[in-house]
Amino acid sequence: MSYDRALTVFSPDGHLFQVEYAVEAVRKGTCAVGVRGKNLVVLAVEKKTTLKLQDPRTVRKIALLDDHVCMAFAGLNADARVLINKARIECQSHRLTVEDPVSIEYITRYIAGVQQKYTQSGGVRPFGISTLIIGFDSDKVPKLYQTDPSGIYSAWKANAIGRSSKTVREFLEKHYKEDMSDADSIKLSIKSLLEIVQTGAKNIEVSVMGPDSILRNLTAEEVEKIVTTIEAENAAETAAAGPSTSSA
Amino acid sequence: EVLLGITGKDFVLTASDDTCARGIVVQKRGEDKSRALNKNNLMLFTGEAGDTTQFAEYIQCNTQLYRIRNGMDLSTRAVSSYVRKELATSLRSRHPYTVNLLIGGVDPKTGTPELYWLDYLSSCVKLNYAAHGYASYFCMSTMDRYWKPELSVEEAISLLKKCLAELKVRFIGNLPNFVVKITDKDGIREIEI
Repeated sequence: MSYDRALTVFSPDGHLFQVEYAVEAVRKGTCAVGVRGKNLVVLAVEKKTTLKLQDPRTVRKIALLDDHVCMAFAGLNADARVLINKARIECQSHRLTVEDPVSIEYITRYIAGVQQKYTQSGGVRPFGISTLIIGFDSDKVPKLYQTDPSGIYSAWKANAIGRSSKTVREFLEKHYKEDMSDADSIKLSIKSLLEIVQTGAKNIEVSVMGPDSILRNLTAEEVEKIVTTIEAENAAETAAAGPSTSSA
Repeated sequence: EVLLGITGKDFVLTASDDTCARGIVVQKRGEDKSRALNKNNLMLFTGEAGDTTQFAEYIQCNTQLYRIRNGMDLSTRAVSSYVRKELATSLRSRHPYTVNLLIGGVDPKTGTPELYWLDYLSSCVKLNYAAHGYASYFCMSTMDRYWKPELSVEEAISLLKKCLAELKVRFIGNLPNFVVKITDKDGIREIEI
C-alpha cells in the first residue's frame, strides 16, 4: 500500500510523504542565506548561471512583499511566484483594514498558514518552497523568519535554505556572533554562501535592509569587492597555517 | 462639499474644503478630502459619508499593490482608467459607491500634468481645470475666463484664489478654509494660500 500518493493520507508511522517530498524539492533549489545583525538584515542568494540568451534582470530571487518586508526562497520558482503574490495582497489588505503595515511575524504566519492549508486540502499538492523573510517592524528590531512546505515557521539569527543548506548552516553556526556590525553581517552571509558557490561573486545576489526599512540591492561591484576581501583573508589564513603543518 | 483642480505648467494645484458636515451640524473642520495614491498622483473625493474614505483607501491600497508587484508606479491615466472601471463595476452592484473624484498627477519623468474628473456614474474625463460640488456652478466660469496653458505656480494660485473668492461672495454655504496641495514630479505637498 503506497502512502505517498495522496497528500491527505498519513502513513502508518506518522509521515506525510508528500510534504517530505516537497522538502526534497526545496533541497534541489538554489541556496539562500539570511543573517541578522545588530542593525541590519541580509539576504544572500545563489544565482543560477544565466544562460547566454537569457535576460538576467528578469530572474530575481529576492522579492519585496511590502515596503518594509522582503523575502527570498528556495525550491520551485513558480510556486514561489504564487505565494509571493498572495503575500503581497495580504500586506495591502492588512493596511486597508487595520491601517497599519504588517509586522514581519504576521506576514510570516500568514505565508506559513497558506503553506499549511495546502497540506490539508484535497486535490492540491504542497508548495515546493521554503522562504526566508526579513524586515524591520516599527520597533526597529531586525527580524529573520523561515517557513517550510509543512507550514512550520520560526525566527532565526541566521539560516540557510536550499542546495547544501546543511553545510552553510553549519558554517553559520560556527561563525555567527551576536550583535554583528552591518559590514560583518554582509561579509558572513557572502562568506557562508561562498562555501558552496564555487564560481564566486557573479553568482551571488545580496540585499540588505536597515532600520529605515528600505531594501538595498548590493551592486555586482560591491559584492565582488567583498568576495575579493574574503578570498584574500582565506589565502592569508592558509598561508599562515601552511608552514606549521608542512614542517613534518 | 467643494473640490477644485487646476493644471499648470508642470504641476497640478488642487483644493478641497476642510469642512465635514452632517445635516446642519459641522462635525469637523480640518478634514483632508484627499489620498495620495503614489508619489505623483493625488485623488480627491466627495460624496456619501463612509463610501468616500472606504473607496479612496481601497484604491490607494491597490495602487500600492501594483507598485510592489511591478516595481513601478501607475501613470495618472492608468490610475484613472482603473478607478473608472472600479466605479463602473460598483454602479451595477447591489449598493454602488456614491463618490465623486478628481485625480491629479504628473508624469514623474517629464512633469506633464494631468487632471481627471470622475463621478459616481463612472464617467471619466480629462480636463485642464475641474470642479465637483457647488463649486462647479460658480467656479467653472471663472476658470473658463482666466485659465491659460502653462500657468506658473503663482498664476495658478491666484486663479484658485479668484475661485474661492467667488464662492465666498455668491455661495450661501460658509466654507472658511481649504486644504490646498500641489502635485509635481517631486511629490505632493500641502501649501498655504
